[in-house]
Amino acid sequence: MEIIKTDVAVLGAGGAGLRAAIALAELRPSLKIALVSKVYPMRSHTCAAEGGAAGVIKSDDSLDHHFHDTVGGGDWLSDQDAVDYFIREAPKELLQLEHWGCPWSREANGSVAVRPFGGMKKQRTWFAADKSGFHILHTLFQTSLKHPSIQRFDEYYVTDLVVEDGHCRGFTAVEMRSGQMKFIRANAVIIASGGAGRMFPFTTNGAIKTGDGMALAYRAGVPLKDMEFVQYHPTGLPNTGTLLTEACRGEGGILVNKNGRRFLQDYGMGPETPVGQPVLKTMELGPRDRVSQAFWHEQKKGNMVPTRWGDCMMLDLRHLGEQKIDERLPLVRDMASSYLGVDPVTDPVPVRPVVHYMMGGIDTDIKAATSVKGLYAAGECACVSINGANRLGSNSLTELLVFGRRAALSALEYLDNGTGTANESAITVGADDAQARLRELFSRSNGSETIAGLRKEMMATMEENAGIYRSGEGLEKACATLAGLRERFARIELHDKTNVYNTDLLQAMELGAMLDCAEAVTVSALERRESRGAHQRLDFTARDDQQYLRHSLARYRGAQPPEIGYSDVVITRSPPGVRDYSGEKSAGEKSAGEQK
Amino acid sequence: MSERIVELEVLRFNPETDAEPRFQRYSVPCMNEWVVLDALNHVKETMDPTLSYRWSCHMAVCGSCGMMINGEPKLACKAFLREYDGVIRVEPLAHFPIQRDLVTVIDDFVTKLKRVKPYLIPKQDQPVEAGEFKQSPAELKKYKQYTLCINCMLCYAACPEYGLVPKFIGPAAISLAHRYNEDSRDGGREQRQQEIASNEGVWECSFVGACSEVCPEHVDPAGALQQVKIKSTVDWYQEHLLPGSKK
Amino acid sequence: MSAHGKPYVREVSRYRWFLRSPRYMRYMVREVTCVFIALHALVLLVGLKRLSEGREAWETFLDNLTAPFGVQLQLLILAFAIYHSMSWFNVTPKAMPVQIGEKFLPGAVIIGAHYAGWFIVSIALLFLAGVF
Repeated sequence: MEIIKTDVAVLGAGGAGLRAAIALAELRPSLKIALVSKVYPMRSHTCAAEGGAAGVIKSDDSLDHHFHDTVGGGDWLSDQDAVDYFIREAPKELLQLEHWGCPWSREANGSVAVRPFGGMKKQRTWFAADKSGFHILHTLFQTSLKHPSIQRFDEYYVTDLVVEDGHCRGFTAVEMRSGQMKFIRANAVIIASGGAGRMFPFTTNGAIKTGDGMALAYRAGVPLKDMEFVQYHPTGLPNTGTLLTEACRGEGGILVNKNGRRFLQDYGMGPETPVGQPVLKTMELGPRDRVSQAFWHEQKKGNMVPTRWGDCMMLDLRHLGEQKIDERLPLVRDMASSYLGVDPVTDPVPVRPVVHYMMGGIDTDIKAATSVKGLYAAGECACVSINGANRLGSNSLTELLVFGRRAALSALEYLDNGTGTANESAITVGADDAQARLRELFSRSNGSETIAGLRKEMMATMEENAGIYRSGEGLEKACATLAGLRERFARIELHDKTNVYNTDLLQAMELGAMLDCAEAVTVSALERRESRGAHQRLDFTARDDQQYLRHSLARYRGAQPPEIGYSDVVITRSPPGVRDYSGEKSAGEKSAGEQK
Repeated sequence: MSERIVELEVLRFNPETDAEPRFQRYSVPCMNEWVVLDALNHVKETMDPTLSYRWSCHMAVCGSCGMMINGEPKLACKAFLREYDGVIRVEPLAHFPIQRDLVTVIDDFVTKLKRVKPYLIPKQDQPVEAGEFKQSPAELKKYKQYTLCINCMLCYAACPEYGLVPKFIGPAAISLAHRYNEDSRDGGREQRQQEIASNEGVWECSFVGACSEVCPEHVDPAGALQQVKIKSTVDWYQEHLLPGSKK
Repeated sequence: MSAHGKPYVREVSRYRWFLRSPRYMRYMVREVTCVFIALHALVLLVGLKRLSEGREAWETFLDNLTAPFGVQLQLLILAFAIYHSMSWFNVTPKAMPVQIGEKFLPGAVIIGAHYAGWFIVSIALLFLAGVF
């Protein structure tokens, strides 16, 4: 097996991975950096994020506000020391991106513009029209081209981390174009491989979001934290599941049921605000979990609009006018027109909540470090946790930058302080084992299953039993189904046994990752007997701070379901309170703020 | 639910077993609102797991799924079945070598992208702490459309120049250089000229304009290249008639 | 490159590539108009030469121009020359975008200005030539 020697290997070339690689290259130009991704960097799913990235920049805002918005939005499951670090670094990172050429939208006087976003008390979401993620990704990718020390390995699928004596020593990867496995021998690894929304059938996530990096760390002994917290984005296209940005609502769009009623006011987010004049943190600018949950209740009451793709609510943007829509929401107009045949300028758009983001992921500390030495994680694949039980929109893009860089700093520190003595022969055995496993997969015969078949079953059980509202009975069913699927998967035979760009193999490995992550989601969800943020139980409807103001940690146990443990949440200056997104409270809070 | 049977004629090629590409026919039950990508996914999931192609976002922003559909370069996620009658021929993007089935080798494009120095080379150095470079909405508008390129390479598939003269740097790469040249914060135009104002750069372009016609993001690379030509010509005259003057 | 078979390179026909699509055909027609512009220049040059050769040569030249074949040739050249100008006018907004504030001047305005200029110059030349 070819061995590629490098100093640091970054797994994933989206926003977090690119940011980490650039940070490493800038801080230490002599460092050898391998940037490894299963797709070309510009295909990373960061490109699909639309709304923007949050960072305190305007004079009416404060770090304190961002802190409290985030912690409250996370239903107090966020580690407050991490949130403090995050909000402090946020403006610097966004400015750095601007210095690298990011085409942020501007105010008339030339300074960067910000827009309102869900769950945020003040406007602090920097944006680039409605393609913020796209512009951030391309700015980072293009900036990375400046650095010859970043060596890219495009279209390599990482199969196994090689861990020896508690230290990560690199990973094995299949080069898609040749089918050959290679060993990337690095002394520090940063995983930035994204989330795993594709375990659900309706998701904003692209095909590549299959939890590969989460599964790698998980199997190497790192716990997956808070996996039960899966965010639904309220406004996805009902047929393809693709995203219509929260900025639709930030710019003043409203959500109505089949009777034309802005139903969010019936779920603690009222009183109704004037059309086109959204008030921050209430009504349509409430947090995503609450808005999605309101949809679920309205649907149960039969108030949603039946369409050929299922029940929908209507997103009405007509009052914004054509000019504003073309300037601030051009992608939204294009997508609604092309995929639904609806022009938001003239008609309301049917939308529904779809899976969007995983708050949970690889357990890291505030410095992006995992329990395995030399192994770091950043971005959606990681859980620090700053997002807690529910992420606020536009915190994620900033998170990529802040923790991408943090992971780079940590990796550099680790390399500088000595990475321990490596037992090369033991390490080679680890790599050879990975090779053997791959060969075994190719050699199987008499299989009767298909990847697509197993995947469909997984998605069906996740949709039915691990959706917006869950129950003990449903979750138990899901756990059993997933355990069965994992067992059947272990016996699967490939239909395509050739070497060059074998996507049957690729999808098989991706399915393996998704099944492991899905089981972590359902078992963690079953064990958390409370409702908090995005995890809502019909059988345990209240939040239980006494027992569950803790992070769940799912530990891999091979063919067995994961073992669930718990760790404390770091609480510093915001004791758990009530999340109140009603207009009256916000008004009260606002005047209190003004008095300061 | 409305359905129709769509006939797909898909190019297959496996370098391990095939000397040459061949076509394979699939009869696919489809929904009316589907795109070609949905049909391909249906084939892969229910009929033929060996079919290989790239895709991800399904919303025309990642640029993965560029293919030739009835001879036209298109994004498979934006090629609506309702726009086609009869058999739909699906082939890999033209002017790139075929790796496997609908997957092409895009190394050439990736190399060229790097050559044009597609990153901000600031006019003035300013520390991040000093805040953002000021840029008015009008200044942003000047280069905005050239930032929209999703690197899908449909323009390279459409460009006959690139097809006949592979050393041509090509529409997307040059447009990206132009994007930075036009950015008010940038001062790197001279550094990029060496690559783009060369024989392999804009002077290979004969303004066929096919690139702009197929671009799904309306970047208008043809326009960008002509603008670079004009600027380069002005440069040349300035250099020769007024030597020593600042560009 | 991979040891497992090489990628397949599809050949592009050097001489018949433009037959592949209507878009390419339109391009070739636009390009071919330059042949007619060159022909027109040739006719002018011949005319100049004939003029320098004296009255008889000049009048023979004029007779040839007004003969049926001569008229047809000039009409053909005129048609291609007009198409040549039109096709180039139509693409000028792309090559020379005019930004005013946050908006770009509509393409029609720029193209219209070219036609207007063409018209004015044509009238001026005809006036100088004594047509009116």
